[in-house]
Amino acid sequence: MDALGMGGSGGMFTLALPPDLLHARMQMALSLGWHIVVACFGVAFPPMALFAEWRAHRAQDQDMNALARTWAKALGVLFAVGAVSGTILSFEMGMLWPGLMARFGQIYGFPFTLEGFAFFIEAIFVGVYLYGWDRLPPRLHLLSGFPMIAAGVAGAFFVVAANGWMNTPTGFEIRDGQVMNVDPWAGLLNPSTAAQSVHMILAAIMVTGFCVASVYAVGMLRAGTSGPSRYHRLGLLVPLTVAAITAPIQIVVGDWIANMVAAHQPAKLAALEALYPSGTHVPLSFGGIYLDGKLVGAIQIPDGLSLLIHHDPGGFVPGLDRVPAQLRPPVNLTHLSYDLMVAIGFALLALAAWLGWAWWRHRDIPRSAWFLRAVALSGAAAVTALEAGWTATEVGRQPWIVYQILLTRDAVSTAPGLRIGFYLVLAVYIVLTVMTVYVLRRLARVPEATIAPQELETTP
Amino acid sequence: MTAAEGVLAIMWVGLTAYALFGGADFGAGFWELLAGGTERGRAPRRLIEHSIGPVWEANHVWLIFVLVVLWTSFPPAFAAIASTLYIPLTLAALGMIARGSAFAFRHSVDQPALQQLFGASFAFSSVATPFFLGTIAGAVASGRVPPGIATGDVISSWLNPTSVLGGVIAVGVCAFLAGVYLCADAQRGDDTTLVEYFRVRALVSAVVVGAVALAGIAVLRVDAAALFDGLISRGLPLIIASAAAGIGAIVSLARRRFGMARVAAALAVTAVIWGWALAQFPYLLQPQLTIAAAAAPAATLRAMLISLVVGAALLVPSLIFLFTLFQRAEASTAITPSGRTARPPRPGPRR
Ligand code: HDD
Ligand code: HEM
Ligand code: HEM
Repeated sequence: MDALGMGGSGGMFTLALPPDLLHARMQMALSLGWHIVVACFGVAFPPMALFAEWRAHRAQDQDMNALARTWAKALGVLFAVGAVSGTILSFEMGMLWPGLMARFGQIYGFPFTLEGFAFFIEAIFVGVYLYGWDRLPPRLHLLSGFPMIAAGVAGAFFVVAANGWMNTPTGFEIRDGQVMNVDPWAGLLNPSTAAQSVHMILAAIMVTGFCVASVYAVGMLRAGTSGPSRYHRLGLLVPLTVAAITAPIQIVVGDWIANMVAAHQPAKLAALEALYPSGTHVPLSFGGIYLDGKLVGAIQIPDGLSLLIHHDPGGFVPGLDRVPAQLRPPVNLTHLSYDLMVAIGFALLALAAWLGWAWWRHRDIPRSAWFLRAVALSGAAAVTALEAGWTATEVGRQPWIVYQILLTRDAVSTAPGLRIGFYLVLAVYIVLTVMTVYVLRRLARVPEATIAPQELETTP
Repeated sequence: MTAAEGVLAIMWVGLTAYALFGGADFGAGFWELLAGGTERGRAPRRLIEHSIGPVWEANHVWLIFVLVVLWTSFPPAFAAIASTLYIPLTLAALGMIARGSAFAFRHSVDQPALQQLFGASFAFSSVATPFFLGTIAGAVASGRVPPGIATGDVISSWLNPTSVLGGVIAVGVCAFLAGVYLCADAQRGDDTTLVEYFRVRALVSAVVVGAVALAGIAVLRVDAAALFDGLISRGLPLIIASAAAGIGAIVSLARRRFGMARVAAALAVTAVIWGWALAQFPYLLQPQLTIAAAAAPAATLRAMLISLVVGAALLVPSLIFLFTLFQRAEASTAITPSGRTARPPRPGPRR
């Protein structure tokens, strides 16, 4: 292969900042940040709908049946917007970051190929699941849901492996500016893959669980004195239980992923913690503003970070002083996003504990309206944690697109006019968001009454 | 055949499948656009909705499949195509967003005004999207995408005679395929009026596409000489086969042999796509980047071949299951969890 087939222009390192770098980054962030929310439902909603369907079938439970069908219908909408918003992402990989794809598509692209198969199978079985409701015997219909679940989880794993590779690239060598000794399997199983994908799949479960529960919490609050129906209570309890069980596990995994970052991405860890001076006995910091190497106004736990990472108060942690100034990530955004995620993680844990306590004491959800209010907010909180976590991950990697290998500004397309594309995409996403929210709200309000989830108006 | 050529051939199978299945879904939207007002267009709309509902998402993924195989196995080619052609790609992507979401939303609202809005958005983007995809094919086929990042002209690479021809033919082919497939679907539903409705449309689109393709020969001769030479030499047998299959489709339509028409139509489209491939062999991007030069290293190609084989082993049975499930006449006595019986037979979806 000739110098990566890059022909004349667009060589390995450009000096000036490409004019539309900022817009390319914003476009990528917008479309990824949008896709990830619906993608969470693609991963975690199928098992919930399937569970409800199974209960409906086993116990001849009408409320569970109504829930299963409503959820299947919402899943149909979310899956469709997930698929189309994923498509533009795959275009953008090349439209915005050709310098990344041209050089590393041979490694970085590979997990996406596996992801392609996973989503293919998911799309097939989503079709079977939604439209086969009345064509397949109930048992077979339930069974057809399992490939959908497996493919959704596998897809999330592969795509996060690709992201993990950007954070901790493996599976190649660079000699004289050439990428050599490529091993796509090693790239797939890079050091970040395990922790990141588990953390992401758990996040998908939390986002789906809390979001669905919050819809029914709002419904129960509205119902007021007339008392909530069993339908609403089940709609709240099933997803909330799943999310509540996941919340404590997510915190343990959060510790795992933080240790992984400490081991492989010291610059990112320093930015997450807004830590300038390297040293021992490093405190753990919450909040605050980072100004010229100092963190102002933070709450600190002495020796906290050293303890978390080395299980030793005297553990050494490198700070941003070890990173050349022009290779430091934006500290405040990274640090505050990270703290926001962690804070929400603990708040959701508290909510889960409240539910667990009440259930243990009197086999019921807490009776207080405050509980319902908290659940009503929990969906938005989980989505915020998700976005914050991704912001910390992606911004914390800057200025690298591939950590310590390729700078973002060297990967961006040099085509003129990229910014117009960004404004266009922004406008379309605003409309798409409004429409999606509107349609989902209607679905939430009208309990499922039609026969097949996707076939409203064909009833004779 | 080298490993690179093997992977490329598999990718081309994916592209063909996208044209035959995804293309027909776009074409169905084309016929929706022309179906007329709410009342007049009700019956064809319903058939279309019913036919593509369960399968369009799976059909759409063929495109993703092509992209991921391209960018992993031929990274510089993907980078060059996507960066030079980012404008039609963005427009096609936005078209897909409008189309997919409108189709899904339409099921989920009950106000007629909104249903109409989503319906219009679905239909309009069903025509715009294949047009832009066709201009991209035209750009690549006419050698207007040089290797390197955004080295081609971001406007004239896809706004030129060959690209416009590609766009028009893409829309026409989609409409033709959809028309032919829908005839058979309507027939299975025993709806003779609808059968005739789509038969006429399929015939007209077949003739129009044929005429445009003939006129296109002149365009290619002037505007894409290298492609033209390839088409009349190596590609010639396939081009002739395509024409023959196209005529076969017209004859079958005229004689109401819809199963046959379906096969012939698919063959006609397949032959053109492979004719194009032969015509520009061994170049991925004419006239500079060959398949061998663009190919990823052997380790990647090996990993790709392994995953493509394993993936196909999972995928093909699943696809067959999907299509046979919705092709079979209703097994409609299934009891829903609520104890209700499913509805009486309706027109089954196509394929
Ligand atoms: C519901 C969402 C959610 C919740 C409650 C948490 N996280 Fe998280 N976190 C994510 C959702 C998330 C994420 C959005 O899914 C990220 C982005 C990248 C990734 O793999 O997961 C992430 C990334 C991420 C990273 C950066 C990984 C990297 O850059 O490679 C760290 C260090 C943590 N998390 C740590 C935590 C800790 C200590 C938590 C405990 C409270 C926590 N997360 C709760
Ligand atoms: C597997 C998933 C993902 C992959 C492969 C991925 C890939 C990329 C790429 C290629 C870029 C551009 C280069 C760069 O700025 O480094 C980027 C930037 C970015 N992504 Fe991700 N991303 C993923 C998930 C997400 C998600 C879910 C979000 C949610 C918010 C996100 C947020 C961002 C942001 C904010 C940027 C801009 C960073 C900056 O330039 O400061 N990413 N990502
Ligand atoms: C952490 C990140 C991601 C997760 C968990 C995720 C998950 C999913 C899931 C579950 C789907 C199926 C549709 C749905 O259920 O909504 C999907 C669709 C898709 N995603 Fe993502 N995704 C992520 C990031 C990305 C990135 C970075 C890309 C591309 C660069 C991408 C490309 C796609 C494509 C092309 C589809 C459409 C496939 C289809 O048509 O079914 N995704 N994603």
